[in-house]
Amino acid sequence: MATSTYPARNPQLPLAGFYRRIRVWDQVAYLVTLASAILILAVVGLIVFELWISSQPTMQTFGWSFLTHSRWDPNGEKFGALPFIYGTCVTASLALLIAVPFGVMASVFLAELAPPRLSNILTFLIELLAAVPSVIYGLIGIFVLIPMIRSYLVPSLTSVFGFLPLFQGDFYGVSLLSAGLVLSIMVVPFIISVSREVLLAVPVDQREAALALGTTKWETTWQIVIPNAKVGIIGSVFLALARALGETMAVTMVIGNTPKISASLLAPGYSIAAVIANEFAEASGDLYISSLIFLGLVLFGLTIVINALARILVLTTARRSA
Amino acid sequence: MATPRQQLVKEVDLPSAREYEAPKDSSRWKLGVKNLNFYYGSFQALHNIGIDIARNKITAFIGPSGCGKSTFLRTMNRMNETVRNTRVEGEILLDGENILHMDVTSLRRRVGMVFQKSNPFPKTIFDNVAYGLRVNGVRNQSVVQEAVEKSLERAALWTEVKDQLNKPASALSGGQQQRLCIARALAVEPEVLLLDEPCSALDPIATRKIEELLFEIKSLTTIVIVTHNMQQAARLADYTGFFLMGKLLEFDDTRKIFQNPSVKETEDYVTGRFG
Amino acid sequence: MLMAISPRRKFVNALMLSLSGLCTLIVISVLFFILGYLLFHGARSLNLQFLTSLPKPSGETGGGMANAIVGSFKVLLVATSIGVPLGFLAGVYLAEYSGKTFAFLFRYVVDLLNGVPSIVIGIIAYAVVVRPMKHYSALAGGVALGIMMIPIAVRTTEEFLRSVPNSLREGSLALGATKAKTIFAVVVPAAISGLISGLMLNLARVAGETAPLLFTALGNMFWSRGWMQPIATLPVMIYNYAISPEEDLHQQAWAAGFVLLALVLAVNVTAKMIIMRGPAASRR
Repeated sequence: MATSTYPARNPQLPLAGFYRRIRVWDQVAYLVTLASAILILAVVGLIVFELWISSQPTMQTFGWSFLTHSRWDPNGEKFGALPFIYGTCVTASLALLIAVPFGVMASVFLAELAPPRLSNILTFLIELLAAVPSVIYGLIGIFVLIPMIRSYLVPSLTSVFGFLPLFQGDFYGVSLLSAGLVLSIMVVPFIISVSREVLLAVPVDQREAALALGTTKWETTWQIVIPNAKVGIIGSVFLALARALGETMAVTMVIGNTPKISASLLAPGYSIAAVIANEFAEASGDLYISSLIFLGLVLFGLTIVINALARILVLTTARRSA
Repeated sequence: MATPRQQLVKEVDLPSAREYEAPKDSSRWKLGVKNLNFYYGSFQALHNIGIDIARNKITAFIGPSGCGKSTFLRTMNRMNETVRNTRVEGEILLDGENILHMDVTSLRRRVGMVFQKSNPFPKTIFDNVAYGLRVNGVRNQSVVQEAVEKSLERAALWTEVKDQLNKPASALSGGQQQRLCIARALAVEPEVLLLDEPCSALDPIATRKIEELLFEIKSLTTIVIVTHNMQQAARLADYTGFFLMGKLLEFDDTRKIFQNPSVKETEDYVTGRFG
Repeated sequence: MLMAISPRRKFVNALMLSLSGLCTLIVISVLFFILGYLLFHGARSLNLQFLTSLPKPSGETGGGMANAIVGSFKVLLVATSIGVPLGFLAGVYLAEYSGKTFAFLFRYVVDLLNGVPSIVIGIIAYAVVVRPMKHYSALAGGVALGIMMIPIAVRTTEEFLRSVPNSLREGSLALGATKAKTIFAVVVPAAISGLISGLMLNLARVAGETAPLLFTALGNMFWSRGWMQPIATLPVMIYNYAISPEEDLHQQAWAAGFVLLALVLAVNVTAKMIIMRGPAASRR
């Protein structure tokens, strides 16, 4: 960026003092903006630092075995993170299992089939889904989704797949299944939005090359267009995963908040974010609080790892095709 | 107007590859175009085109930019249908059968296309050429391998890539990529091969290689090429057509077009007075 | 060797393309279902009393969420005064002053901050504000939400400032203006519609956040005075009422949900319209 030059040092010029003052303000502006950036970096550093320090009591009492023990007993001062890690992973996986096929198929429709006007309107509406606050999804989850799951979905699931340990046991509404379903609705707009953009970005000549060989529209889309857009689509899945892992309110309202590990999706469970939300305000005792904070650190760590993986994926694929 | 044999091929479920024979029609003409009008929305891009394309010959279309020659080329394999708001009027006959009433996917297998800028898939060289075969249901590995080798030979690329078939296609030079696209198109054994200014992005040496291979393969297929390079048309084509503003002003033996054109505008164009 | 297209391929083509349309239809239906249900249930329980009165003690019917609505505004005010200036100024630094390496690293860190789960940010705000002060407060809630606003503020500021063509900057500098003056008097105004819509989207996003407020702002059945007391907010109220056993409170939760969603969506749609119609749109 060009810097301006002033006749700064000539005292005979009437406005020399004025220019000098402007120079000062120029410097001030630079320093202020730089300071803001540094302050933000400090905030992030503070987050990491604070999480680490406050987790120390638990880290020192249990060590890393905190992550593998499954007993969560605040009264008996026994804390194990496994039920929450389990619940978080199960609900997130279920959410992706549902959301990814739906999302990618819908993005195919929006990018390849729908006329541009319709596609834009529908995408606009779908992106509004992403703006709905989590607690509202929770509301719908409790009062609408769970009754529907109880009346329709679970009976059919148990009648067809009841022999699997996945669908055994009693169903009380709040469950890993319900949480997974609500999460899938919450993350599908991200997958659609990003996948649609990358599909649209695939050059027309790739499609034309395939069509000119006598392929059907679906074959072209599935065998040529989607592979071309692979990186972006996988990126959107990572994005959805990160969202699903950190999601708090909707999950805690429908998951059952029970720190138990069960093979069945119909059973209630707990997630890391949910237990923090539920128990932090009432937690007393250093070990209890620091265990919850340690859980927060684990969640933070998970998010960093996923973020890093997504970036590595983008970088390696970009380099390979270069 | 399909012959009984063509009807049979369309309606029977074919679980495995069978010999598809073109009708033993002794007529000279492979493609016939009758009263073709084409519209982009309300803009008429082609006006009443009527022409016959000779079998196993090279037909070239020349003309200034934007005159409709590429649009015309793309009607012959119905590629224009990928653009919204287009309309075709008239008839285009392939061996007597109106392609506008045919199944478009089958048509495109029979009428192949090579594009102005090479567009290989992000796959290996081998997979690029094999793609058309695989998508059309050819599963036998040895059949595929043989066909890929044959196509690459015909595209004058085999000797250069035979040891690198598993390398990505993007590793090839521009001229090689274009020959790869030709090989890819040839692999599905098209009856007609349409080429839309295939050499415009290539250097003279790469261009010459492609022109030579087109000469070699015209006995296998009917070639229709659009080019803005008049010398190329003069070198390659048996027949040439001159397009101007969406109209086909003249169509004749190449020698006649270049040495003794009947229409004034043709003469102006080929002598370089404009365009 | 090759045949005309097999009916199987045509069938698969038709099937998969229809499935894609079906999936889109299902997703859109879910959206309309959520909106419709909320509209129906929420509007039914919505009345003037709800918007203007305080919550009634447990067991009594009636009451409203006036304090929660005001509380949300207060907390958002604190959040905006913390997060937006920081994010905006840092964005200015990134777009106008920074070198490449710093920008790359900074963007990575900001991305990281964006990915921090909101509940974890709540923990931090608790540790940094609530614990030393020994009580919950609107300030703590504002700090939590403010931190959440930073990444988006940085990103949108940088994006929209970068979209301003260099010719504007050069024209200003050529007239003898300093760099700072150029930035704040020329570049920022040129990007203003984008910046405002970015701010609106940011606000709409944090307005609906519940988790970070659970143990910072906590909640309040009454009006809160000043900024240092626990304060009721809409999302937290919705959550508390929804999980309570009383049917009357459920109705109020629906009404509050309606109000919250209506506000959030209205701000969202307006912001997107501004982006679509604004001068940045023609430059994109």
